[in-house]
Amino acid sequence: MTAHDHHDHDHDHHHDEASDLSETELRVRALQTILIEKGYADPAALDAIVETYETKIGPHIGARIVARAWTDPAFRQALLTDASKAAAPFGHQGETGDHLVAVENTADRHNVVVCTLCSCYPWDVLGLPPVWYKSFAYRSRVVKEPRAVLTEFGVALPDQTQIHVWDSTAEVRYMVLPARPPGTEGWTEEQLMKLVTRDSMIGTGMPASPEGAGA
Amino acid sequence: MNGIHDMGGMDGFGSVDPVDTGPVFHEAWEGDVMAISRVMGAIGAWNIDQGRYGIEMLPPQLYLTSYYRRWLERFERAIVARGYADADEIAAGHALRPGKTPPKGKFTLADIERVTRRGSFTRPETAPARFAVGDRVLARNIHPKTHTRLPRYVRGHEGVVVRLHGCHVFPDTEAMDQGENPQWLYTVQFDGRDLWGADSDPTLKVSVEAFEPYLEPV
Repeated sequence: MTAHDHHDHDHDHHHDEASDLSETELRVRALQTILIEKGYADPAALDAIVETYETKIGPHIGARIVARAWTDPAFRQALLTDASKAAAPFGHQGETGDHLVAVENTADRHNVVVCTLCSCYPWDVLGLPPVWYKSFAYRSRVVKEPRAVLTEFGVALPDQTQIHVWDSTAEVRYMVLPARPPGTEGWTEEQLMKLVTRDSMIGTGMPASPEGAGA
Repeated sequence: MNGIHDMGGMDGFGSVDPVDTGPVFHEAWEGDVMAISRVMGAIGAWNIDQGRYGIEMLPPQLYLTSYYRRWLERFERAIVARGYADADEIAAGHALRPGKTPPKGKFTLADIERVTRRGSFTRPETAPARFAVGDRVLARNIHPKTHTRLPRYVRGHEGVVVRLHGCHVFPDTEAMDQGENPQWLYTVQFDGRDLWGADSDPTLKVSVEAFEPYLEPV
């Protein structure tokens, strides 16, 4: 299948510890080694990329944006008008990328985000996508039978609720602004952001219930 | 191209497993593949559209493996195709000869912030927008053999323009090394029943981002 299959002996020779690694791991290591030996990348920089996505960029950024929108009407309006601009101060290093659009759930409209062609996702505000977002089942079905898909997430919407599915086919990225849960009057931004789940910002979930949380 | 990647509306992939509570990378090699991706982009080896086209051109059985696995398959091919290593080096797992000079130079720690932030795809307007919010448009019935971002499931259907995004880099040419060729970008919203027939959920609206060459006036 691959060039590697014909060169297993070379691999074993070059990587004495390689016997514990899978074929996939060996192939990844081969590319890393070549990038470093050819002078394309500093090894420390490779590790720093992984660390950034593991520890610095994640749904906590989006959760704070949502909690701010719930508590600050002017910010909510700014977010819905130009999300890239409004969200920027919340991003890693105080910046987010261009082309972010926030879509608001209302009493009669529910929004869901997908990328049917690959797995485009608002990395700057939510981090890397969960496995289900990249799954073939989600990508193929949510544009056609979103209610059935939402049921699999445990989300049941009233029959009359309009569902808007946003298929990210270019470089525009979407985040959902979910509705603020009832029973959270007077809560602070810090309390509220704990209710904002990742899935609620993609439209496959609702914010957590205030009972037993926050206050 | 009408590839396996264009899966909106397909049946047969089963139900969605909604549980993913982490970690970010389920196996360490997935993080390493992500890092390789950012490096190759940052040094200018290829752009995002060329990268996506590289994945789309994989044989379907490789596409259907997993997200990071198909990135790996794409890298092995693209790194050779664009002259960043030779096939014998990929096979050996080591450099056997010096590398080429990347267009944007070596990737170092100083580049981390740049690559973990999205760039802008907006370009100066090349012409007035052909369509306005509220216009009804037809997604053209086109089937290019090369990269496009107009999904099959909207082709030949009418929708309405709901947002203008200015002129953006046009993936259909950028992926083919034919330049950015900026085009107006619109969000076009379709009624579920127009896409999926009378049995569709009557409350469903589906939107895509569509470049102006994908659209015709109704």
